[in-house]
Amino acid sequence: MSTSRPQSEKRSVARGSLLGIEDLPVSEINKLLLLARKMNPAKARPLLRGKRVLLLFYEASTRTRTSFEVAAQALGAETSLVISSGSSIEKGESLLDTAYTLRAVGADAIVVRHLNAGAPHLMASYLDIPVINAGDGMHEHPTQALLDAYTILKHKKKLTGLQVTILGDIYHSRVARSEIHLLSKAGAKLTLCGPPELLPEMATTLVKGLRISRSCEEAVRGADVVMILRVQRERLAGLKVSLPDYVSRYQMTMARLRMAKPDALLMHPGPIIRGLELTWDVADCPQSVIVEEVHNGVPLRMAVLARALGKAA
Amino acid sequence: MKHATQSLLIRGGRVIDPLARMDAVMDVLLRDGQVAEIAPPNKIRAGAEEKIDAQGLIVAPGFIDLHVHLREPGQGYKETIASGTAAAAVGGFTSVCCMPNTTPVLDSPEWVTWVRQPQRGAVVNVFPIAAATQASKGAVLTDFRALQRTGAVAVTDDGKPVLSETTMRDALRASAEINFPVIQHAEDTRITQNCSMNEGPTSFRLGLRGMNVNSEAAIVDRDVQLAQQFNGARLHIAHLSTAASLTAVRRGKKNRARVTCEVTPHHLALTDADVRDYDTNFKMNPPLRSAEDREALLAAIADGTVDAVATDHAPHAQHEKIIEFERAAFGITGLETALGLVISVLSADHRLPLTRIVELFTSGPARVLDLRGRGTLLRGSHADVTIFDPKKRWTFDASKSRSKSHNTPFDGRQLTGKVVATIVGGKIIYRAV
Ligand SMILES: [Zn+2]
Repeated sequence: MSTSRPQSEKRSVARGSLLGIEDLPVSEINKLLLLARKMNPAKARPLLRGKRVLLLFYEASTRTRTSFEVAAQALGAETSLVISSGSSIEKGESLLDTAYTLRAVGADAIVVRHLNAGAPHLMASYLDIPVINAGDGMHEHPTQALLDAYTILKHKKKLTGLQVTILGDIYHSRVARSEIHLLSKAGAKLTLCGPPELLPEMATTLVKGLRISRSCEEAVRGADVVMILRVQRERLAGLKVSLPDYVSRYQMTMARLRMAKPDALLMHPGPIIRGLELTWDVADCPQSVIVEEVHNGVPLRMAVLARALGKAA
Repeated sequence: MKHATQSLLIRGGRVIDPLARMDAVMDVLLRDGQVAEIAPPNKIRAGAEEKIDAQGLIVAPGFIDLHVHLREPGQGYKETIASGTAAAAVGGFTSVCCMPNTTPVLDSPEWVTWVRQPQRGAVVNVFPIAAATQASKGAVLTDFRALQRTGAVAVTDDGKPVLSETTMRDALRASAEINFPVIQHAEDTRITQNCSMNEGPTSFRLGLRGMNVNSEAAIVDRDVQLAQQFNGARLHIAHLSTAASLTAVRRGKKNRARVTCEVTPHHLALTDADVRDYDTNFKMNPPLRSAEDREALLAAIADGTVDAVATDHAPHAQHEKIIEFERAAFGITGLETALGLVISVLSADHRLPLTRIVELFTSGPARVLDLRGRGTLLRGSHADVTIFDPKKRWTFDASKSRSKSHNTPFDGRQLTGKVVATIVGGKIIYRAV
């Protein structure tokens, strides 16, 4: 590791970085999905022995953080977790200075979760090690979309031609943006559904061929995959959408789910709020792969880390 | 200003003076800080201590920038009056109007006087614009009369718009009484909270909260209506950026309200689709707008609705810009790239005549703020002259900027049109090498 390089100099993004799905070619997506299949969290493979993966979390997270930790450790890498509270970040240290510090203590890759869109891009523009986006503001959450694609492929032959319906708070959701980019690249047919406050018409400009529906029933009819996104109570309040109204119009119920294909998958990136965006029985129904999604996060993130650190063989 | 040289002859240039309706090859004699004579080539008999050969170049009245943040008092780490005016000179500006959002806010005659003191080291004319309300808090109006008397040329709460209708009404009433322009940064900040760019497909894609165009247009519309209530009230809309705002300004002008507006070079050159990779050099307020809004601005420049081009030169230090996009300061530098951008966009791409471009930098802004004896080369005017080569192709290098800050989206950009010499009060203060 070189310490002489001048800091605060813009450079090209390091190979192996994963900043978003939008700029990720289909070939790279397929490679990652294939690689994930070869990863077995139960059978440790010391591919990344001697490597240090730094997890930098500016936002609370349970599943994404632990999933990355378990994935890194399953590959033999050391992990350290830095969270914003109780660190120098709280004292006003800038994102780049924190990044340089982590680089200086020997990070080989940084996994970052940040409340601001584009924060991983900023780090990647100034660091010479791979940066992996674990969710940035309302922008993207690429590993979630990848693990969902991986999960779908465990049940369906291919993504091309699948009818996928995404329901809920699309506007504020980084998961939604990543899912839409990935599924659209893979050739799935996408329908988005939600109230205008959470799903503006502008959403159709994200990729070609997006369909918007304001009716939950219409959106779900004939779907191969129904993906529910979390709805935050405080956001509804801010937008003056009444909670009972949302529930009556958009909550996923067994009756609504039955309008999808009989073998349709029910997905949710979590954390779920039973009784709000979906009912108790929907969360636990046989079509639900919610728990499996969490499970699949580990091999997928093993693949992402292996690719990041040049051990994708 | 004291002059080492008492007389200067500018020979053989194409003099464009829109106010005088002049567009011809002329010699210009400057003497004792004034334009002494303009005559066809070789007709001026009087001698001159210094001569400039301007053949093949445009000789224009000194450029005026209505909207510049010089950052003093209090924010000298971003820019000083000395460094900002040095950058202005490179950009061909002989006069700049500086904004009051300093530390402290420029809301008193004492601070207006301070800005104008020679110790500040200004190399071009500096016309302070004072705050419209005390500390720009939007509640209590400043003493317009006293500010005007000490040399402020207008009032504004730029960056912190006057939201209260009552306050704005009182300001325009006072404006009418003493013939003093009120400048509005039109933005309903109640609906732009946490927004960092224009609302549109790009903001949606980047996951950034977007400012709706109505946040600007609604305030412009309201203020134009208020201005019509007071005969003689002068309202100037700063950095107008949307098609909808133009509709309101046109209506005001049609109804003979004294409403004027300025447009920035960056809103003419870029759109929100240019905000790539969260580069904070593309973050400013008002934000880069849609292609349709940009087209509307170009049309409004051509049809005369727009009175002036103003840079909104807004220098910021690196620690305020090389951070998360949503946390970064709004604003970009603009003094040195203004002419090149405007000629590149308006002349090269849109075939707008040079006379109109010169008007936007000279007589247009002079009229907006009533800067007497400026913006023209009529005999007896101030000897402020900008000489430029409208065809010169060059590449802007931000690292060579005279500004203290380098927050510009135009680093490395190819431009057409370059300032060759800047003359203030008859003295050459900048000459391109
Ligand atoms: Zn402003």
